[in-house]
Amino acid sequence: MSSVLYDAPGPKSRARSRLISIVGTIILAGGLLALIVVLGLPKTSANGAVQPGLWDISRWDVFNDLLVWRTLGLGALATLRMAAVAAVFALVIGVLFSFGRLSASAWIRVPTTVLLEFFRGMPVLLMMLFILLVFSTGSFWAGVAALSVYNGAIIGEALRAGINALPRGQREAGLAIGLTPVATRFRIEFPQAFRQMLPIIIAQLVVLLKDTSLSFIVGYNELLRSGLNQLANFFGEQYKFSFFFIVLAIYLAMNLSLSWLARRIAKRTGPQAGSVTKDDSAPPIDPVQADPRILGAQSRSQGA
Amino acid sequence: MDAVIDNLPLFLEGFRNTLGLLLIAGVGASTIGLVVAAMRISPISSFRVFATAYTELVRNTPLTLVLFFCAYLLPLLEFSPGYFQLAAIGLTVYTSPFVAEALRSGVNGVHVGQAEAARSVGLTFGQTLTFVVMPQAIRMVVPPLINVLIALTKNTSVAGAFFVFELFGAARKVTNDRGDAVIPILLAVAAFYLVITIPLGLIAGRIEKKVAVLR
Repeated sequence: MSSVLYDAPGPKSRARSRLISIVGTIILAGGLLALIVVLGLPKTSANGAVQPGLWDISRWDVFNDLLVWRTLGLGALATLRMAAVAAVFALVIGVLFSFGRLSASAWIRVPTTVLLEFFRGMPVLLMMLFILLVFSTGSFWAGVAALSVYNGAIIGEALRAGINALPRGQREAGLAIGLTPVATRFRIEFPQAFRQMLPIIIAQLVVLLKDTSLSFIVGYNELLRSGLNQLANFFGEQYKFSFFFIVLAIYLAMNLSLSWLARRIAKRTGPQAGSVTKDDSAPPIDPVQADPRILGAQSRSQGA
Repeated sequence: MDAVIDNLPLFLEGFRNTLGLLLIAGVGASTIGLVVAAMRISPISSFRVFATAYTELVRNTPLTLVLFFCAYLLPLLEFSPGYFQLAAIGLTVYTSPFVAEALRSGVNGVHVGQAEAARSVGLTFGQTLTFVVMPQAIRMVVPPLINVLIALTKNTSVAGAFFVFELFGAARKVTNDRGDAVIPILLAVAAFYLVITIPLGLIAGRIEKKVAVLR
C-alpha cells in the first residue's frame, strides 16, 4: 500500500530515511535508558529513609522464596480456570444468541435483540457486582457468569454476522435437499460461519482472559490479587514494583501466546479461506491443488 | 425505587465523573493513537518497530493492571495529581493502541487500486492522500472508532474500583447503604451506562450502513 503512494526512493531520500531511522532509534533507546536509570536511582522518603533503586538486588530477593512462586502460580491457575470455564459458557451462549437473533419468529428475535443490546452496553464489572449481590454466588461464579454473558453476546453478534455473510444459496440448497430449517442452520450455515469468524472469536477470548482480572475487584483470588495485593502487601512497599513487573510479565506471556495462536488461525482460516464463492479470475485446473484451503480444515488434518 | 430517587444526586455526580473520564481519556487516547498509527505506517523502520511493540504490549495488558499501576505505584514515584487524573491517564494509555489499530485498519482498508489510480493520473503523494485515500479511510474508520469509545465508556467503570467516584463507585456506595434495594439501584446505574453506549452504537451502525452503500 505505502509503496504505491510514492515513487521508489532515490539514493538521496533513502539516505535521509536511514538517517531519520537512526536518530529515531537513538531517541527511543535513550528514552528507555533514561526510564531504566530513573527507576534504578535510590529514593529518599520524607522521613529520611533511603530506599535502594529498583534494580538493586534487595528489591528482588523475595523471588528466591519458592512459596512466592507457588502463590503466583496458584493465582495464574485461578485466572486460567476462570477464563476456561467462562470461555466454554461464552461459546454456548454465543451460539444461542446468534440463533435467537436469526430466528424466523419475532417472538424470539425481538427479545433476544433487546437482551443482547443490554448485555453489550453494560460494563462487565457492573454485571459482576450485580450477580454477586443479587444471586450471592460467590466471586468465582459471579465472574464466570458476567464474563460469559458479556462475551457470549459479542460472540453471538460475530456468528450472526458470519451467517448473514454467507451466500443465500447455501440455505436454499439445504432446504432444497429436504433438511429442516433448524438442520440447515446447524449442519450447513453454522459450521461455515464459525470457521469464518474463528479469528474474531479467539480475539474475543483474549479479551475474556484479560477481563478475568476484573474479578479481582469483586474479591476473586486470581493472579492480580494474589500477586499485587496479598504478596506485595505482605512483603512491604519496597517490593511493589518487583511484583508488578512479574505479574505483568505473566499476563503478557498468557495473552501474547493466545493472541499469537489467534493470528495463526486467522492466517490459516481467514475470512476468504472459509468462503465458498471465490473470485476466479483464472479457473483452477485442480481446485485442491490451486487452493488447498478450499477443502477446509479436514483435508489438512488428514494430510498431516 | 425510592432508593434510586433518594440517591439521585450521587448517581448524577458519578455520571458526571464517568463522562469526564470518557471525554479526557477519549481525547487523550485519540491523540496518542493518531501518533502511534502514523508511526506504524511510516517509512521509518525504527518508528514502526516501536509502534508495533507499544501496541502489542499495552493491548495485552489487563486494564485492571494498568489502573493498579496508576493508582498505587505512580504515587510511590512521587507523582500523585489525584485519583481522577491518575485513572484518566491509565484509561488514556490503555485505549490508545485500540485507537491506533482502528486508524491503521482504516488506511489499510482502502483498496490499493484507489491509490494506484490516483498515482497513475499524476497526483502527487500529498494529493493522493488528501483527495483519494484519506476521505475513504476516515469514513471507514468512524464505526470502529465509535466502538472503541463504547468500550472506553464501559472501561471507565474499572476506575470506580480505584478510588474514583464515578458510576460504578456510586453503585458500590449506594448498594452498601441500601442492601435492601440492590436490584433497582444496579438497574438504574446500568441505565446510565446505556444512555451513553446505545446512542453511540446506533450512530456507528448508521454510519456503517452509509459507508457500505458508498463502497
